[in-house]
Amino acid sequence: MLLGRVIGTLVACEIYQGLEGVPMLVVQPLTKSCEPKGETIICADSTSMAGPGELVYFEGGREAAMALRETFVPVDHAIVGIVDDVNLAGETLEN
Amino acid sequence: MFVGQVAGEIVSTIKHPDYDSRRLLVVDRLDPAGKPAGGYLIAVAAIEAGVGDRVLVLDEGTGARQILGNPQAAIRSVVVGVVDSVDVE
Repeated sequence: MLLGRVIGTLVACEIYQGLEGVPMLVVQPLTKSCEPKGETIICADSTSMAGPGELVYFEGGREAAMALRETFVPVDHAIVGIVDDVNLAGETLEN
Repeated sequence: MFVGQVAGEIVSTIKHPDYDSRRLLVVDRLDPAGKPAGGYLIAVAAIEAGVGDRVLVLDEGTGARQILGNPQAAIRSVVVGVVDSVDVE
């Protein structure tokens, strides 16, 4: 899993079966100190509670689809949690 | 698997149910000499490990599900050991 910042939402007028109603969010991957790193990705949101501006953690690969209600779906990244705090040695970064 | 060093912890209230009551550790990747190799990973703690510990991290889902005892868990990265030493010839 990696940290990410939700920077937007995606709406699809047509989507593969099993993904209807699954929120899709635009996520900027972050370093552990919450600096942007790498290209933005689209994540399915398994919590259904994340929104733009929030600090989240996401899983990639097969486990991303397994986090959703329908597990046999074409998804490669999924948000699995919303961060309250990141506690690194000596410093705390809040959402 | 790779060797890493625990840099911190993630505190999270809203999360996928598979992650309920599991500790999430921020682990820096290390090279064989023990220096930061760049990059990090957030992994579920399957053992007692804390900040500063050198740890062994499994980054593969089937093994992770076996360790956590849930064949449906959406979890891929797990801290599975605390490393005493790594000797490279």
